[in-house]
Amino acid sequence: MPLKIIASQCTGCSACEPECPNVAITEKNGTFWINPKKCTECIGHFDTPQCIAVCPVDNTCVIDTSVPRYRPAA
Amino acid sequence: MQEQAAEHKGCATSGSGGNASCGSGAGQRDLAPEIWEKVKNHPCYSEEAHHHYARMHVAVAPACNIQCNYCNRKYDCANESRPGVVSEKLTAEQAAKKVLAVASTIPQMTVLGIAGPGDPLANPEKTFKTFALVSKVAPDIKLCLSTNGLALPDHVDTIARFKVDHVTITINMVDAKIGQHIYPWVYWKHKRYVGEEAAQLLSDRQLMGLEMLTARGILCKVNSVMIPGINDEHLVEVNRAVKSRGAFLHNIMPLISAPEHGTVFGLNGQRGPSARELKALQDSCEGEMNMMRHCRQCRADAVGLLGEDRSAEFSTDRIMATEVNYDSEARKAYQAKVEAERRAKAAARQHELDALAGANSGIKLLIAVATKGSGLVNEHFGHAKEFQVYEISTAGAKFVGHRRVDLYCQGGFGEEESLATVIRAINDCHAVFVAKIGGCPKADLRAAGIDPVDEYAGQFIEKSALAWFRNYLDRIGSGAIVHQPRGDADIRQGAYIAA
Repeated sequence: MPLKIIASQCTGCSACEPECPNVAITEKNGTFWINPKKCTECIGHFDTPQCIAVCPVDNTCVIDTSVPRYRPAA
Repeated sequence: MQEQAAEHKGCATSGSGGNASCGSGAGQRDLAPEIWEKVKNHPCYSEEAHHHYARMHVAVAPACNIQCNYCNRKYDCANESRPGVVSEKLTAEQAAKKVLAVASTIPQMTVLGIAGPGDPLANPEKTFKTFALVSKVAPDIKLCLSTNGLALPDHVDTIARFKVDHVTITINMVDAKIGQHIYPWVYWKHKRYVGEEAAQLLSDRQLMGLEMLTARGILCKVNSVMIPGINDEHLVEVNRAVKSRGAFLHNIMPLISAPEHGTVFGLNGQRGPSARELKALQDSCEGEMNMMRHCRQCRADAVGLLGEDRSAEFSTDRIMATEVNYDSEARKAYQAKVEAERRAKAAARQHELDALAGANSGIKLLIAVATKGSGLVNEHFGHAKEFQVYEISTAGAKFVGHRRVDLYCQGGFGEEESLATVIRAINDCHAVFVAKIGGCPKADLRAAGIDPVDEYAGQFIEKSALAWFRNYLDRIGSGAIVHQPRGDADIRQGAYIAA
């Protein structure tokens, strides 16, 4: 459940949406939102979170510290 | 993203003999018939056509797969779209309806381009769905797209299948050592690449895509942003590289860069080129290949002739609320009228060229023209948002650029300040042709050494310029005046911030 998008910085470009391997990203009022229940930080899929890699604005897709980090099942 | 030497390769690929001047300014007689068929009413691929035909872009492609130092994704691309205003994003269905509405209102609109505001091929589903919908309902409209090239090799077959026969690739370098200063990163196959590795990857993919397109007979234009001190000298090499791969046209555009754009280049004080620097580079590449000089670096949602933007008339709310009746017969009839006008223009030009044939002079000079389109001197000096610039010699009148002077792209709004701005923008010109001009600006222009010419109101530009030039040479011959060289001029830097 760990990444979130800082809405005030999101340009709404939609680049992250198709890259998310968990289909966790959807549009909400012109910006994008990560469903914390679906996000796995791309662990098990890719070396780096895809939303961070493709986002045009640095530090906009960030770890959401208000919830516990994602832990893959053992 | 926002076009326009192949002398020889581009023209000659098609076989028959295009001559050495088959550039964007080339006319029917300079191009192979099948190439002329493709470009004759495409305003971006034919300078001659851009006076008569309009294009539209639909902003269906917001995502991008690379980052450029001249772009701030909070807005549209500063260089190939207008910064400061975000394009209204459209779905493919909305875009198709908008195309029909515009085509019905502006019968000379012949081209639909998808250019962003991100990269069309980073949004392939939206881009191709739009093309599919439009080609079904308006098959006479040409389809066109503009890309950074990273994803291009993956989509060449789809591009060919949709009969997109004009593709623009933005290529700013063919050397990763230079590219690393232009592109901070690219995103490819689930990974972000940085530095030289990113630039090398991008360059390889761009050139591969270009070769694949030209091998399929798709016309390619290469856009390059001229960034003084970074790639300005290198663009000669880029020109050679793209020419040898069959590009039809090379469009070297000035960097647009100001701190308020919030781009890396804007914030670190990277300057754009002056008018003279840009023209010198374009001239030096021209021997190699056709150069586009009429690009307006338009937005990803621009509508209209290249010098105008009518996008505000076609807001999504308004479009979705109206019934559109697509009348292709009415469009054809209007376009036939345009063709008659083009023939009259060419005949008038030839008539003046014949009259000039006896003159022998090495003088080459620039003139500025206030026009609303159709290749006519038909705009009031004070209403002009841009001036078109022609180079005149005994060889003819050649379009070499334009200068934006619209108030909102400048600092000052007072009359005095705006006149000073206009003079700075056309300071390299010997004369300015207008439909009408007031007494005060006339005197100020004369004081600045620019001849205000209003006796050709409503007449064809090239014919008028050549007639004036013949008279100019006569006056020099008789000793009435002495030919003086002019100075440099400014290229507008502040883009449409306030619009």
